[in-house]
Amino acid sequence: MVWETILLAQREIRRNVLRSSLTILGIVIGVAAVITMVTLGGGATAQVATEISSLGTNLLQVHTGQGGRGPGGTRAQADMFKVEDAEAIAREISGLEAVAPNASQRIQTIYGNANWSTSVVGSTNGFLLVRDWLLESGRQFTDAELRTGKAVCILGSTVRKELFGDRDPIGASIRLQKISCQVVGAFQSKGQSSFGADQDDFVLIPLRAFQRRIAGSTDVSTIFISTKESGSVESIKHNIERLLRERRRIVNGEEDDFHLHDMREIMNTLTGTTRVLTALLGAVAAVSLLVGGIGIMNIMLVSVTERTREIGIRLAIGAVEKEVLLQFLIEAVVLSCFGGIIGIVLGLVAAAAGAQALKVPFVFNPGIVVVAFVFSAAVGVVFGYFPARKAARLDPIEALRHE
Amino acid sequence: MKPTVGEKSENGPLIELRAVTKVYGMGRAAMRALRGIDLTIAQGEFVAVMGPSGSGKSTCMNILGCLDTPTSGDYLFQGIAVGKLNRNQRAMLRRHYLGFVFQGYNLLNRTSALENIELPLIYRGTPVDKRRAMALEALYAVGLRGWEAHTPGELSGGQQQRVAIARAIVTNPRVLLADEPTGNLDSARSREIMELLTAFNRDRGITIVMVTHEPGMASYAKRQVYFKDGLIGNRSSREDTL
Repeated sequence: MVWETILLAQREIRRNVLRSSLTILGIVIGVAAVITMVTLGGGATAQVATEISSLGTNLLQVHTGQGGRGPGGTRAQADMFKVEDAEAIAREISGLEAVAPNASQRIQTIYGNANWSTSVVGSTNGFLLVRDWLLESGRQFTDAELRTGKAVCILGSTVRKELFGDRDPIGASIRLQKISCQVVGAFQSKGQSSFGADQDDFVLIPLRAFQRRIAGSTDVSTIFISTKESGSVESIKHNIERLLRERRRIVNGEEDDFHLHDMREIMNTLTGTTRVLTALLGAVAAVSLLVGGIGIMNIMLVSVTERTREIGIRLAIGAVEKEVLLQFLIEAVVLSCFGGIIGIVLGLVAAAAGAQALKVPFVFNPGIVVVAFVFSAAVGVVFGYFPARKAARLDPIEALRHE
Repeated sequence: MKPTVGEKSENGPLIELRAVTKVYGMGRAAMRALRGIDLTIAQGEFVAVMGPSGSGKSTCMNILGCLDTPTSGDYLFQGIAVGKLNRNQRAMLRRHYLGFVFQGYNLLNRTSALENIELPLIYRGTPVDKRRAMALEALYAVGLRGWEAHTPGELSGGQQQRVAIARAIVTNPRVLLADEPTGNLDSARSREIMELLTAFNRDRGITIVMVTHEPGMASYAKRQVYFKDGLIGNRSSREDTL
């Protein structure tokens, strides 16, 4: 009986192709909009997440000055960190994977007749760990090189390309300002960050070499810290803060003159923002689904009036209320499901096109496809019920007299 | 699905109306369409119901067809008190025992002749193969071989009424209720339809109750019943008029 009714419904729909298409247009647009918005939003969220995790999700950054962004955010008089601060953190805080004190400066690098202005970063091997850098060739620094501050360096892939082209840089000597520096390794490329910066444009040298030969001071501007995955970031942050306040002799009640950035926090904020935006856009799109449902109800009501005589015939022949109800309900549901399927296809196509245009990854979300389909079917049930009930309750005698 | 209502008596008359009244509306505006009629129709009869407009014959037909219930009195169909049945139970009686033929044919538009004839079988839950075979048999029985795929719009009035008759008899009903079946047809077409009905009454033993205005059509029936002002006037058998 149900199968018969579905066949009947699709025949009824085919008879009025133009009207049926106009009826489901609302559902099609609604579903397509929801699918497009949610898929694109999901892509954007995924992109933000991957970009931030390429910085290392378990990364903490400690800067001197205060954390506020924008003008006046940092206090000029805040003292720089020293290597000892980093060593103290590594020694006294548990749950850490690596600590990398860090200082950098923009310097002209020269090899043969090629030269390139880049950021020279002084740090330890911990830098590779905390920032997720992998070597493409060569090696990291030896303990002796770190201890003595030997003039050796590892090149970011941009610098390597600018200075060496396709040649192998390992073993060559490049000039950083006045000093000659031997290349011992080269990093794999990470590409552009989401903030548009070229992450590969730097040269890493041992921190001590940087301090002695380039900066001429023992200042450390930033300390990178990576936590173990299992540890609680909050308590680690708290411990580091307490330790640094102690070391920097900040009395109670006075504000920190340094700031801890937590990449997880930043990632959560950013992905949270895109998620909220996605939900908002999805909700707006869902409203059009509702409008589509009202369109279906409208047409079904017209259809019931138009087919009053048919309903009368069916009732006279022996259809019970339930069967007439089911017939019109199924017709509405078939219509809305059909609209839903077209909407899903259209939405996915639009999302794929949009993802390409906006350069975000296309993240297929089977959940939202299912939800959209179920929702469109539900729209058919909800908005088809009233007209169907109206049809089922018709008096067969009146219905047969209609027109 | 067989109706599970009432007690069926095997020996009683097929149709029995006892002091049936039907009142539409309430109070002063009340319209008494039937004022207490008694009518008994036995299995296999062919009865013509005649009378002027507003005499209550349509109301009576609606009650006989289980589309309506009496205000008072009893309607026993195969011994089942129809007045006590609910809407769905009455639909079940129609589905299993009754066939309808209307003046205006009342076929489903844009639906082929064969599919129109299949319609009551769908509600009976007849399997699709058997359904098709039964519908074809009924279509042939009304002389429309070759017109299976035509929609009502492509058929003449006489042909549409034949399809309607085929739809009514495809379930092999106990009773065929025909409401002015020849009202829209010319006399030649009318005679063909009447001959068809007579044949089904004679060959298949289907009881027929037919409303008509035309004495010529009524003469095909074995018995005539006259309605006047909501009452049955006088009965006469065909033998009396001859």
